[in-house]
Amino acid sequence: MIAISAQGVNKVFNPGSDEEVIALQDIHLEIPAGEFISLIGPSGCGKSTLMRLVGDLIQPTDGELLVNGKAPDRARLDRDYGMVFQAATLYEWRSVTKNVQLPLEIMGYSKTERQKRAQAMLDMVELGAFANHYPWQLSGGMQQRVSIARALAFDPSVLLMDEPFGALDEFTRERMNLELLKIWQQTGKTIIFVTHSISEAVFLSNRIVVMSPRPGRITEIVGNTLPYPRDFNTRNDAAYHELVAKVRDLLRDAGGSVSAGQSLGDPTRPHGVE
Amino acid sequence: MAQAEARAAATLTANLRRRLTYYSPTIAIAVGVILLWEFIVLIFDIQQFLLPKPSAIFAEFMLQVDLWLAPGERSILFESSGATFWEAFGGFFIGCGGGILVALITSRWTIVSEATMPFAIAANSVPIIAFAPIMNNWFGITNPASKMAIVAIIVFFPTMINTVRGLTLVNAEQLELMRSYAAAPAHILFNLRIPNALPYIFSALRVASALSLIGAVVAEFFGGPRATLGVYITQEASAFDFAKAWTAIMMASIIGIAFYLVVLLAERRLMPWHVSLRGEG
Repeated sequence: MIAISAQGVNKVFNPGSDEEVIALQDIHLEIPAGEFISLIGPSGCGKSTLMRLVGDLIQPTDGELLVNGKAPDRARLDRDYGMVFQAATLYEWRSVTKNVQLPLEIMGYSKTERQKRAQAMLDMVELGAFANHYPWQLSGGMQQRVSIARALAFDPSVLLMDEPFGALDEFTRERMNLELLKIWQQTGKTIIFVTHSISEAVFLSNRIVVMSPRPGRITEIVGNTLPYPRDFNTRNDAAYHELVAKVRDLLRDAGGSVSAGQSLGDPTRPHGVE
Repeated sequence: MAQAEARAAATLTANLRRRLTYYSPTIAIAVGVILLWEFIVLIFDIQQFLLPKPSAIFAEFMLQVDLWLAPGERSILFESSGATFWEAFGGFFIGCGGGILVALITSRWTIVSEATMPFAIAANSVPIIAFAPIMNNWFGITNPASKMAIVAIIVFFPTMINTVRGLTLVNAEQLELMRSYAAAPAHILFNLRIPNALPYIFSALRVASALSLIGAVVAEFFGGPRATLGVYITQEASAFDFAKAWTAIMMASIIGIAFYLVVLLAERRLMPWHVSLRGEG
């Protein structure tokens, strides 16, 4: 079954004005249900824009985009998406368990069901003992795990992750990668994972969508046949290193450098406040 | 058992000692300033109508306390303090409540709040106290409502402006999360915008608590019933009874500080998560 299908999708920001930006041009992509797919590319290649189009945070200029066979806004209203951003964006006035319960409250789950699910999700991300802590009492990695638990609490079929581990140190990031793979294998979600990190993309995904900027487009989709379950040793595998080298070459050909930092003036990102 | 009690008592005294050490510089400065004041008045032989000694002010204050406590007697000072407090509190309640309410209503429609904000910001820069004589004419010079009205207008604008900011300056990603939950506007208001606005509202309330007492006392300078602090200060000062005037200033300060502390306490109770309060529990 196809979870997400994009046919000839274009996205133009500020069309017709001096600041017109072709963020995405002629995107064709089919993602089967249950796949872990990474979007990688330099700043301005439109990887976040593509994720945000799928999540109905913005709308395509033209082309056809279907999520679970529906228009993205229908899928959003059906609560098909769990979202995780680079910042954990927890609600600081709520305890950890109350953060995980927030979407459930909004969706009208009963109190016992909310508590049961929140505890199950927190156990899954190994934070069961921290249910009554407040976000500021947790480390960055722990906060991001709460954010993942929250995104999964209402059992959405698609998980959209926009550089979720970009703000973490290398060591924490690798541990989070392992945890995410474990969660993915437990839940069977379709995951779209936007990242700046080649090693992360290769380590995690079934397929890697390499993108290039100006205008944002797909350069190549790299299949990844490294067997699951993957663990720390996977990163020592020769096949892993070949794939990393291949993606790196593709990115170099695509133009632009891959930086770890956040891009400036990228029109695809939300501004700090609204 | 006795050992545990002794240990508990020991931590209690240790806590007390730690607090005393923490506040001792503040206390020392206060005591130092009062002593310096007393000695300057003594050494330079300053006339009491220019600057009374702290000891004279304190003696006058104790006299008023005795009057207040004695049956059948009345202390104009304490009556004035009560009256002025109610004016300030009433105005604070009406003005801040109104400011928050109007902010909630206007933020519901972005266009309305964008259209009204420049006016609110402009009104916030107007010296509202200048309207005090007009309010005296509107409500009656001895009617507390004339002072409440001034206080209410003074605190209304900062409260409204800050509340609108708190309701609208919401993290974009938190809004997107709400969108991904297909949350209704009411959910977004109660689960995101209002909690987000609380720190803004409380910082406005803290400012408003001080402003409300200033507003009430200054409005009373333009006339009011005999038993109010502003009238008390002007009357005693023009009668050259400066020790009495200073006791009224002292009462106004005490009420102002107490008011501020109550707001601060409410803030701590209602927002235990807030950054400025962390690591103190």
